[in-house]
Amino acid sequence: MIKKILSIAIITLIILGCSKSDDGGGNDSNGNNDDTYNRAALLTNMADQIIIPAYQDLNTKLLDLVSAKNDFLTTANQTNLEQLRTAWFNAYKTWQYVELFNIGKAEEILYGFRMNVYPTTVSDIEANIASGNYDLNSVNNNDAVGFPALDYLLFGIESDDANILNLYSSPNYKNYLSDVVDQMQSLTNIVLQDWINSYRDTFISSTENTASSALNKFVNDFIFYFEKGLRANKIGIPAGVFSTTPLPEKVEAFYSKNKSKELTSISLQAVKDLFNGKSYNSNTTGESFESYLQFLGRDDLAQVINSRLDDAQQKIQLLSDNLSNQVTTDNSKMTQTYDALQLAVVSFKVDMLQAFNVSVDYVDADGD
Amino acid sequence: MKSTLTKYLKTTTNTAPLAVFRIGFGLLMLFSIIRFWSKGWIETIYILPDFHFKYYGFEWVQTLGDYTYLLFFICGLSSFFIAIGFKYRMAIITFFLSFTYIELMDKTTYLNHYYFISILSFLLIFLPAEKQFSLDAYRSRKQYKNIPKWTIDSIKFLLFIVYFYAGLAKLNSDWLLKAMPLKIWLPSKYDLPLIGESLMQQNWFHYAMSWSGMLYDLLIPFFLLYRKTRVVAFMFVVFFHVFTRVLFPIGMFPFVMIVSALIFFDAGFHNKIIDNIKKVFRSFSAEAIEVKEVFQFKREKLILLIVGLFFILQLAIPFRYLLYPGELFWTEEGYRFSWRVMLMEKMGSTNFKIVNGETKAFFYVNNSDFLTPLQEKQMSFQPDFVLEYAHFLGNHFKKQGHKSVEVYAKSYVALNGRLSKPFINEAVNLYAEKESFKHKNWVLPFNDDIKGF
Repeated sequence: MIKKILSIAIITLIILGCSKSDDGGGNDSNGNNDDTYNRAALLTNMADQIIIPAYQDLNTKLLDLVSAKNDFLTTANQTNLEQLRTAWFNAYKTWQYVELFNIGKAEEILYGFRMNVYPTTVSDIEANIASGNYDLNSVNNNDAVGFPALDYLLFGIESDDANILNLYSSPNYKNYLSDVVDQMQSLTNIVLQDWINSYRDTFISSTENTASSALNKFVNDFIFYFEKGLRANKIGIPAGVFSTTPLPEKVEAFYSKNKSKELTSISLQAVKDLFNGKSYNSNTTGESFESYLQFLGRDDLAQVINSRLDDAQQKIQLLSDNLSNQVTTDNSKMTQTYDALQLAVVSFKVDMLQAFNVSVDYVDADGD
Repeated sequence: MKSTLTKYLKTTTNTAPLAVFRIGFGLLMLFSIIRFWSKGWIETIYILPDFHFKYYGFEWVQTLGDYTYLLFFICGLSSFFIAIGFKYRMAIITFFLSFTYIELMDKTTYLNHYYFISILSFLLIFLPAEKQFSLDAYRSRKQYKNIPKWTIDSIKFLLFIVYFYAGLAKLNSDWLLKAMPLKIWLPSKYDLPLIGESLMQQNWFHYAMSWSGMLYDLLIPFFLLYRKTRVVAFMFVVFFHVFTRVLFPIGMFPFVMIVSALIFFDAGFHNKIIDNIKKVFRSFSAEAIEVKEVFQFKREKLILLIVGLFFILQLAIPFRYLLYPGELFWTEEGYRFSWRVMLMEKMGSTNFKIVNGETKAFFYVNNSDFLTPLQEKQMSFQPDFVLEYAHFLGNHFKKQGHKSVEVYAKSYVALNGRLSKPFINEAVNLYAEKESFKHKNWVLPFNDDIKGF
C-alpha cells in the first residue's frame, strides 16, 4: 500500500510541476466549435477592420498635414495657415481612433507619449526653437511635440494670425514646425507598417488567458485608456476632479479653443465602436467585446455598457465647444460628464473584467 | 459518559503518524517561505507599500522594513528545526509567532490556508510531535513509542473542520443552483490542453464541478476516517487538489492538504516512511536510543483545557456571521476565518472623495497614489478595508493642511456575475465612522437573496 500511495504522491508532484509550464502555451486559433468563443476572430476583427484601417487613415491625414505644412512653409499666408490648421484638426480627430491602441510597436516606441501629451510645455517649445538644437525623440521633449505642440504652434504662439504669420518667416520657427509634423507622420508610419508586416499575425494568434497575451493586454489597455486617457485626461483633470481647484488650461487642444469638445466626443465614439466591433470604414460590425459578452450570456451587461456610453455622450453634447470655457463658466456640467464616464468605467473595469475573467497583469500573489 | 471521555483521553496510539506529520509540515513550511521569498513577494507585499491594512485589534502589528527579511528567515529556520525536530517546542512556538506576525502585517493577503497554517501551528505547540525520530529524541537518548491518541486525533479533527465547514459553506443557492462562480472561472481556463476548449466550456460541467466540490468537502473527512475507504479517499484528495491547483493560482495549499491528509493513515504506513528516511540517513540511527513505551504530558489537564477551548472556538467562529444582518457575501461581516473558499467572484471599484465640510469643495483621490494594485483590488469590495483606507486618507489630507476633512466613498461592487451596484452609502462621512465588530450600516443592502449557509 505504501508504494501505491508514494507513487500517487510522486505522480502528483510531476503533474503539479508540469502544470506550471503550460501557462504560456496553448494557442487556440482553431478552437472553432460551438462550445467556445472564437477569440482569434475577435482579435482579427479588431486588427483588420478597426485598428489597421484607423492607422491607415491617420497616416493619410498626416501625409495631408505634411503637404499642408510644406505649402505653408513655402508661402506663409492666411489661406495656407487655415489649410494647415484644418489638416491638423482632421488628423487630430482621426487620432482619437488610434490613441487607444497602446500595444505592439506603439507601446514599444512610446508612440502615444510622442503624439499627444498635453498640456504641452510652452517653455520647452520656445527653448527648442530658440536654440534650434533639439532631439524630438528625447523623453524630455514628449511635452513639446505631437498634436498639442502643433496646437500651440498654429494657434497660441502669438496673439493674432498676422503675428503668427510673421513668426514663420524665421527659419527656427519653420524648422521646428516642420520637424514636429514630419516626426508625427514618420512615427505613425512605423507603427502602421509594423502592424501590416508583422504584428497583426502575432496579435490575432495571441489569445491565451495569460497576463502577457495580446488579448488580455488589449482588454486591459482598452480599459486603462478609457479610465485614464479619456475620462481623466479629457474631462476629469480640467474639471478639477483630482485637484482642489479646476484646471481649465489642461484641456486637450487648449490653444485652438473650440475643438476640445469635439475631440472628446469622437474619442468616446471610438470607444463605443471598438466595444461593438464596428468597422472603421463602414457600419458593419464583427466579433467584439460586446459579442463576447453575449456569448457569455451577459447581454444585460452589454446593454448597460452601451447605454452608459450613450449617456456619457449626451452629457458631452451639452458642453461648450471649448471645454476650458465650460470649466470656468459652469463646471458642474463637466463633473456630471465625469460621473457619467465613471459609471462606464465601473461597467468595464468591474463587470466586464469579471465576466471575461482575464488574468490581470498587475496582481501577483496566491489566491485560495 | 464521563468515563468514556476519561477512557478515551487515556487511550494511546503509535507516535509515528505525528512524527511524520511534523516532518512534512516543517519541510512544506520551509519550502513555502523560500518560494514566497524567491517570488519577491516580501518586497512587493510587505516592504514597498506605504500603507498596510490591519486586522481590527492588531493595528499595532507593524511591518519591519528591511528586517521583514529577517522575520521570514526566522520563520524559515524554525520550519527547518520543526522538520528535524531540533528544540521542537521552541521552534514551533517561534514558527507560530513569526508566521502569524507576518500574516497580521497586512490583511490584503488574507488566505484561508494561511489562517489554517497559523492555527495548526498553534495546535502543534501542545502536541508531542518530537517524541520520535527527531533530533531532540536523539540528543536526549529517549524516544516514545506511544503517545495519547487524542493528540493525533486533534489534527484529524482540525482537518475535519476545515473540509466539512468548507462543504457547508458551499450549500448556497449561488454555488448549487447557478454554478457560480465556477461558471465564470472555468470557461476562462480555455488554454488547458484537452479539456480547455471542451469540458471547461460546458454548462453541465460547471454544475458537476460545483456539486462534486460540495460533496467532496462534506464527505471526504468521513471517508478518510473510515479505514476501508481511506486509500480511495486519499486518491480523491490527491486528484482534487491537483486538479484545483492546475485550475487556480492557489500556491502551496494543495501540497499542504495532501501531506496533511496522510495523518489519517495507520502507524504502519508512517513507520515505513520513517524506515525509508532512515535508510537514506543511516548514520542517525547508529546509536542506541532508549525506547520508552508511553509518553505522558506533565500538565495534561491544562493542555487539554487549552486544546478544548481552541476547538470550541474553531467550531463557533465560522458561525459568527449569524450575528450580523444582511447578506454575508455582500457585507463580508464574519466571512473570514470560516473556511469559505472559492465561493465568490467579487470585484469592485471604490473611489474616495475628500470634502471640505465647510466650503463643500471636493476632489477625488487617485487610489494608486497610496495603494498597490493588489491592495486596491482587495480594498474595493471589502467594507473594513474601505473604512480603514478612508481613515488613512482623512488623516493624510488633514496632515497636509486640509480643513474640516470629510471622506466619502463612491463604490460599486459586482458579485458572482450580477451587474455591479452601489456598495457604500455615498452620503456617509466615513472619516467619522469607527471600526468595530458591530454591523456597518453604511454598507448598502444587497437587494438579492443568496440562500443557504
